[in-house]
Amino acid sequence: MRGMDVRARNHVTFTGREHGPVVMLAHGFGCDQNMWRLVTDTLGEQSRVLLFDHVGAGRSDLSAWDPDRYATLDGYARDVLEICRDLDLQDVIYVGHSVSAMMGVLAAAEAPELFAGLVLLAPSPSFIDDDGYRGGFSRDDIDELLESLDSNYLGWSAAMAPVIMGNPDRPELGEELTTSFCRTDPSIAKAFAKVTFLSDHRADLPKVRVPTLIIQSAVDAIAPPEVGEYVRDRIAGSRLVTLAATGHCPQLSAPQATAQAIAAFVAERR
Amino acid sequence: MNEPLPRLDAPGGTERRVPESRVPESRVPESRVPEHVTAFPAMLEDNIDDLYDSAPCGNVSTLLDGTIAKINATLLVWLGYTRDEVVGRKRFSDLLTVGGRLYHETHFAPLLQMHGEVNGVALELKRADGGRLPVLVTSVVKTGSDGQPMLIRSTIFDARERRAYEQELLHARRAADAERERLRGLIGGLQRSLLPDVVPTPPGMQSSAYYHMASADRIGGDFYDLFPLPSGRWGFFLGDVCGKGLAAAATTAAARHTLRTALAFNPDPAAALTYLNNVLYQDHDSPSHRHCTVILGTLTPAPGGCSITIAGGGHPAPMLLRTGGTLEPQPTTGGTIIGILPAPRIATRTFDMTPGDTLILYSDGLLEAHAGDRDERYGEEALQDFLVRLAPTSAAAAVTALTELLATLGRLDDDVALLALSLDDTAPTG
Repeated sequence: MRGMDVRARNHVTFTGREHGPVVMLAHGFGCDQNMWRLVTDTLGEQSRVLLFDHVGAGRSDLSAWDPDRYATLDGYARDVLEICRDLDLQDVIYVGHSVSAMMGVLAAAEAPELFAGLVLLAPSPSFIDDDGYRGGFSRDDIDELLESLDSNYLGWSAAMAPVIMGNPDRPELGEELTTSFCRTDPSIAKAFAKVTFLSDHRADLPKVRVPTLIIQSAVDAIAPPEVGEYVRDRIAGSRLVTLAATGHCPQLSAPQATAQAIAAFVAERR
Repeated sequence: MNEPLPRLDAPGGTERRVPESRVPESRVPESRVPEHVTAFPAMLEDNIDDLYDSAPCGNVSTLLDGTIAKINATLLVWLGYTRDEVVGRKRFSDLLTVGGRLYHETHFAPLLQMHGEVNGVALELKRADGGRLPVLVTSVVKTGSDGQPMLIRSTIFDARERRAYEQELLHARRAADAERERLRGLIGGLQRSLLPDVVPTPPGMQSSAYYHMASADRIGGDFYDLFPLPSGRWGFFLGDVCGKGLAAAATTAAARHTLRTALAFNPDPAAALTYLNNVLYQDHDSPSHRHCTVILGTLTPAPGGCSITIAGGGHPAPMLLRTGGTLEPQPTTGGTIIGILPAPRIATRTFDMTPGDTLILYSDGLLEAHAGDRDERYGEEALQDFLVRLAPTSAAAAVTALTELLATLGRLDDDVALLALSLDDTAPTG
């Protein structure tokens, strides 16, 4: 009964090999589970791939969005644990992109028994520079970002996406955008951005006791390379793989290399 | 097969140079070559490199990792950078504000990757001096002969004017929203001013009323009232002025006060209704003339309950719900609509109410409500079926039940007024 609710709430979908190890793919800020579409085929060859949308994103149940529950990443981490428990999943390999990497850190710290491993793709425990830590953004940068969200600039852009992409010759483009890809309710996107860019979970990294792989792009405008090293140095036994890829979304810009790195990690865990 | 287009810098182009001492156009006889043809060679002079460099838009080409490989002078001037500061040193996303950079990474780049092109996305560039430049960016992925992506070409348009225009639109939209709210507040206030603030309660009785506005933008013409008369009697009415809007509202106000005044002069409901008819008929030639339908009644305490006399002009039958569970419609058949005839027919009837009975008056907006998704109207028969199941009830319970019914009905085209009176089970007599 509850399992059904969680599936609908997070629009949980499965693909890949039915009896393979469970690889749970958690999308980051901006889009939805479609972000993974270029890696699911490769991962599905050996694994049972679980995809889901964070509440507020994609085809999740928007009525489940609660500003209090989702005011911190802990609320999202609870969703991850509820999905694992309600679907009775075991030995889950959790792959979290961007902000979702930290949700995995929080979930694995709380319930290590559920996870066989963590893959942190382009992670960042804190986006704001601090003494001896380079998060990639100054406090002013983040304030400016939040200001621009307050003026609804990004929301406007998102709202305009269907119009921008409206192409009478290829209506499916606009359709795809409006129905799934990168669709986010502007007010929820704004709240999610605040959680994403103001959270500082550096202190949670040492709590991770499950095997962890960190994957980052060589060039990433959002999470600089030092961040990957920082995360590696604070999670015992973790490994860092730097892909010859560009951008904060290597699962899109270098899907084969990303999928292979994840698949190799999954194979080691069996 | 198409022949290749001539190159703009092909030999011979210069030979067609426009003579500097060209005859002004106004002096060229009709038979001479038109000016736009003589000017065409000047177009051929437009150097392709110069066109790229000083185009009225920014041009920038980046490697797939975003590193700027080529940028035109227009964009450099907009940004305030030299070519050396940018080419090979900055990535496209370095030119954006933080918000823009995040949007670029999380939306723009994935979309470009998915579709090979992204059109007219609003971003902001960060200039060397820290200033901001709103732009519209269109990018396409240039592929090599093997179909593999090679680089990204972007065209950047200055969107300051457009952004200002959008801000104007936004302000106008907000102003319009505020105006509409103000108007709705005014209309709601005006509507309420046409109805009693609180319906009074005759001794030993309950009373209840409800008004549903079909539209928050247009004032409706339904009205009701309940008020004491001399000698322990009470007057009440519920009516419906045809039409909506200010003219209907004016007639509604006039009808309400006319009826109260008329009953104060003469306790006979038929006389009062005739009086209202005469008042409304005075304007029957005027464009602002409105007619109405009304049930007007007087209540006289009597041993064991009360006696009710109603007069009706074209209005749906009040419903009397007996405490024992029977429903007795009280039609005023034959009464004519008030205000359209110099000598109207007014139908009257008298009946008793005993403890536990409930009398319900309503406007025809209730009967004309759309039932569910269908086109059919709710109708009097359905109303009677609904009411008979309520018995025994009270004024408050009946109005609550009808209010809930309204919420379940589909579209309501017209306002709905409800007024109910019930005699307490333990009502004192006389």
